[in-house]
Amino acid sequence: MNALTSVFDKAREKGRAALIPYVTAGYPTLARLPGIVAALTEAGADIIEIGIPFSDPLADGPVLQRAATEALAQGTRVSAILETVRELAPISPPLVFLTYINPVFRYGVARFSRDARDAGMAGLIIPDLPWAEGQDLRLAAEASGLAVIPLVAPTSTDRHLQSIRTAKGFVYGVSVTGVTGMREAVDTGVRALVERVKRVVPLPVAVGFGIANAAQAREVARYADGVIVGSALVKAIMDDPAHAEEQAYAFVKDLKSGLSQVRTKA
Amino acid sequence: MLTTRVPDRYGRFGPFGGRYIPETLMPAVEELAEAYQEARRDPHFQQELKAWLKDYVGRPTPLRRADRMSQALGFDVFLKREDLNHTGAHKINNTIGQVLLARRMGKTRIIAETGAGQHGVATATAAALFGLKAEIYMGAEDVQRQALNVYRMKLLGAEVHPVTSGTQTLKDATNEAIRDWVTNVRTTFYVIGSVVGPHPYPMMVRDFQSVIGREARSQILRILGHLPSHIVACVGGGSNSMGIFYPFRQDPVALVGVEAAGEGLDTGRHAASIQGGQQGILHGSLSYLLQDEDGQIRPAHSISAGLDYPGVGPEHAYLHYTGRATYVAVTDQEALAAFHQLAEWEGIIPALESAHAVAWVMREANRLREARAEVIINLSGRGDKDVDQVFRMEGGDTGERADIRI
Repeated sequence: MNALTSVFDKAREKGRAALIPYVTAGYPTLARLPGIVAALTEAGADIIEIGIPFSDPLADGPVLQRAATEALAQGTRVSAILETVRELAPISPPLVFLTYINPVFRYGVARFSRDARDAGMAGLIIPDLPWAEGQDLRLAAEASGLAVIPLVAPTSTDRHLQSIRTAKGFVYGVSVTGVTGMREAVDTGVRALVERVKRVVPLPVAVGFGIANAAQAREVARYADGVIVGSALVKAIMDDPAHAEEQAYAFVKDLKSGLSQVRTKA
Repeated sequence: MLTTRVPDRYGRFGPFGGRYIPETLMPAVEELAEAYQEARRDPHFQQELKAWLKDYVGRPTPLRRADRMSQALGFDVFLKREDLNHTGAHKINNTIGQVLLARRMGKTRIIAETGAGQHGVATATAAALFGLKAEIYMGAEDVQRQALNVYRMKLLGAEVHPVTSGTQTLKDATNEAIRDWVTNVRTTFYVIGSVVGPHPYPMMVRDFQSVIGREARSQILRILGHLPSHIVACVGGGSNSMGIFYPFRQDPVALVGVEAAGEGLDTGRHAASIQGGQQGILHGSLSYLLQDEDGQIRPAHSISAGLDYPGVGPEHAYLHYTGRATYVAVTDQEALAAFHQLAEWEGIIPALESAHAVAWVMREANRLREARAEVIINLSGRGDKDVDQVFRMEGGDTGERADIRI
């Protein structure tokens, strides 16, 4: 059983959805990443997404664009991120990378898969690598024991859902047609999307893009196995970067207590 | 000369091309690929496109020997006059095609990215012609450099969104257009301006621009009775060059793509993705890119906003990879000298983009003369849009001009 999948099982046993926060490596600085991840762990994160910043993040809204730009302006390097997570992985919940295809392609998909796995990463999410183009990466990643997380969107076809049936880890449900960033309300189509995926794919479904607060996380947790929160968390850090760890802890703790109050559907 | 038919059904030109886009957009590009295949085979669509190109754009554009230039250089140079198209460049060949397709698909909202503003103007024009709403993304730096084109787009009823992220040029405008597309995918048609992007765009834009090469081929055969020795065209994303190259791909004709060397290939301040970049993935396809060791995209630089892009169309990457086309580069200074020289020789002020192609022919004149070359230059656009920029660069009305003559 994949380490990621078992996280969802454990959360389900406790009657709640898994909580998956996202942070950009290198924002506010790479040296702060261990402290931020420790704070997220202490606040109850079940899986943590670590963003490798990219110069042209076309699936991201303004908050995550800004975090990536600032991280790169400070010279955040892929090799340094790998070194940093190597120290973190043994003392953290399962970690997954989220990045764009070009940094991985440039590093070499086989070498990246191996080095990420060696550093203790459990999975990889690449929003601009559709499943149909991802064969090479999946072969390399699976050989290294790294899960490549498939994405589904409100526009996804049934054919796409069929093609990801053998994926590992979990399914990343994109809640809106759009880029990352906080929304005022959860899209009404999300529930139907999750149910559609679950009829076809035997994996947990975590929902992300646009979840801004504990109330929205609770709502999504009624039908999804996991809740992914990125922009809203990074925004909280941005509001007071000097206290990034405290901001991250408080934000995720609040989400977590919200999630613990709902029982997910079995 | 045998050339495998590219792209394949996955949009691959050898190892290049493909579809590297968010899952949200996949159904949209699949729908587009199907709609385009149907339109391509529909004689009614083809006739309608042809009629608009003739009666609205003003095609066919002339191909004529540049007499004084030929005399000065000592070999025959022919100019394919895409500058004479409505809106002043080749860009409209593609936008009329894509907007007709958008209308056929029932999409009501048009978006586009633009660098120099030529593609934005051509998109706004086609949208106005068919009564559709157009929104154009343009880097804030380009908005400054090409203020008149911004006003043209507004006159044509388009909304222009200045993009302030990243380098504030064409690549960032493209990122922002893709973000809009992913948000409004159900109603919106994204009119991409070059032979870049996810499949089927590189193929579709090539097909729409191939009218340049089809005309040039029959015109030169009529004038000379045989094929030329060289076809020369500038390459940013690469749509005018691909448009003129493609119909000659199986002929014994040298195809020369001229990239922008900016301040020099060795300075790092250039836009020559093929000669100064490595393989990588940006804006939906695998091609050559300007990037650092971590795959972060490096800003491009060129005097010409239309070439100021850190990538290149995947079919150009393929033509380079197979050796079928040759890629060279000329600097800002050389392009500027050619801009002046063509005006004085032929009474034609070229776009700074097209001046790159002219500059390579001037630089290689000795070699071409010895080879008794017969060269077609694709004059992809006119230079009116650049006159103000060059005027200011050269010291404005003080009468002093930097020494830029060769």
